[in-house]
Amino acid sequence: MQIYLPIADLPVNIFLVLGMGLAVGFISGMFGIGGGFLMTPLLIFIGIPPSVSVASVASHIAASSFTGALTYWRRRTIDVALALMLLSAGIVGTATGVWLFTLLRALDQLDLVIGVSYVVLLTTVGGLMINEALRAELRARSGGPATLRRPGSHNWVHGLPLKMRFKRSKIYVSAIPVWGIGFIIGFVGAIMGIGGGFLLVPMLIYFLRVPTATVIGTSMALTLITMASATVMHAATNHLVDAILALILMVGGVIGAQFGAHTGHKMRPERLRLMLGLLVFAVGVRFAYELVVPPDDLYSLRLIAP
Amino acid sequence: MIARAAIALALLLAASAAHAERLVVSLSNERIAVTSNYIGENLVLFGTVQPDAGKQMQGAYNLVVTVTGPHETLRTRRKQRMLGIFVNVDSREFVRVPSYLAILTDQPVAQIGAPEVLRRLQVGMDNFILTQRVGADFADTVSGDPFRTAFVRLKEQQHLYTQSATAVTFLTPTVFRASIPVPANAATGRYGVDVKLFGNGALVGRTATSFAVTKAGVEQYVVEASQDHGLLYGLATMSMALAIGWLASVAFRRD
Repeated sequence: MQIYLPIADLPVNIFLVLGMGLAVGFISGMFGIGGGFLMTPLLIFIGIPPSVSVASVASHIAASSFTGALTYWRRRTIDVALALMLLSAGIVGTATGVWLFTLLRALDQLDLVIGVSYVVLLTTVGGLMINEALRAELRARSGGPATLRRPGSHNWVHGLPLKMRFKRSKIYVSAIPVWGIGFIIGFVGAIMGIGGGFLLVPMLIYFLRVPTATVIGTSMALTLITMASATVMHAATNHLVDAILALILMVGGVIGAQFGAHTGHKMRPERLRLMLGLLVFAVGVRFAYELVVPPDDLYSLRLIAP
Repeated sequence: MIARAAIALALLLAASAAHAERLVVSLSNERIAVTSNYIGENLVLFGTVQPDAGKQMQGAYNLVVTVTGPHETLRTRRKQRMLGIFVNVDSREFVRVPSYLAILTDQPVAQIGAPEVLRRLQVGMDNFILTQRVGADFADTVSGDPFRTAFVRLKEQQHLYTQSATAVTFLTPTVFRASIPVPANAATGRYGVDVKLFGNGALVGRTATSFAVTKAGVEQYVVEASQDHGLLYGLATMSMALAIGWLASVAFRRD
């Protein structure tokens, strides 16, 4: 069944988009991520203009992260103070990202920068996750402690000044790395059209030693705020949010997320991290392939003015 | 002096005689409404040729229907391998070209008239002027220009540019019909339909009509809301996201 999308200006198969929402929602529920890094390329692949995809995916992620955040809120596993600190730097990062986005678009190099950042970021993060998960798996096999995180262990991050206490997460860290991470997430999100959950979760665990209990809830709360405000900003400035497309994606996404979360709870965390690592890595390799292999058509069109 | 005036008069008469055929055309639909189940539409143009009373019709007619959509400015970019990856290295801007262009004829364009006549009247894809920005200047290039060729090819792949030598059919020697394919991705706005009649390789009649592609119903409502009340529209979309998120968390609540 075809439905015409008013802002994207093309008809799509409603069941195809619903199915994509379900599939990405399943993955996001399973791993506790937004899934923007999968959804945006998928929408571009079925022919929706990249600018409309990025803007509409923001509202889809807002919906699925709100579902998740509500669940974590009831369990009291959201560190509001940490989320707000990350957000304050995230806004600066987003503004910088949007500025660079506009500049690169004018220079016709936006596709390249998006492609290269996907490759670098996804293969690096994916590789690190696979490596870490495999080690944990091996340790579990040999009977050692399953967790990499040793309570009380410190790294160079903990030597920085401007220390702050985050009660819910039970951590005492410098504000500098918190702001740094917030800035990176905001910046990357604006350039790549992703929520950044798959980046934020490992960074919070690795650099700040945020316990597993609060890390996903906090990440979801941050994703919710950034994506909800991104929806409003995209709608108010560029008029690029397609409400019909967003609605179909959301419905599929929230349902898929529930089943994903259910499946995720039944799996061991190391196995889950390994699978997410493989997925992230695979998407990165897919983008690398696209950059290196000669395209079907060397020429492409871009609308300057209607 | 008198001889020259006589020649001028004769030329004028000849010219008006050449334009004697009157064309009457009508479209099957003058407004295409883009609704939620819109997947494109085929318009039909009907028309008749009315030769001047008492004047003998000479030979068969040929008809050229040129449909142009709202103007847009596009950049055509070319990729090239640099340091192992493919990068946009060169681009050319096409200024205020039709977003949609259909050149529909009853015969292959080359058989309709002499090349210079076709070029002057912009008949055929190769003769249609597609203005490019070349430095500070605006000009069309030769039809074999790689950027122009690529531009037309990409537009044809999107079904937005089309040339057909079978889209126009003469039902009788003076009654014709032409089918105009309007794809789903065609821009909204006003479309001009230019109808040219050729007899013995010369232009003998010309008329124009137009139709509009407009959004209707929910589609129109959404577009107007997003354009005119961007902030409210954004807040509404955000509220919709939160409502659906909340509904899902209530519906699937397990704890």
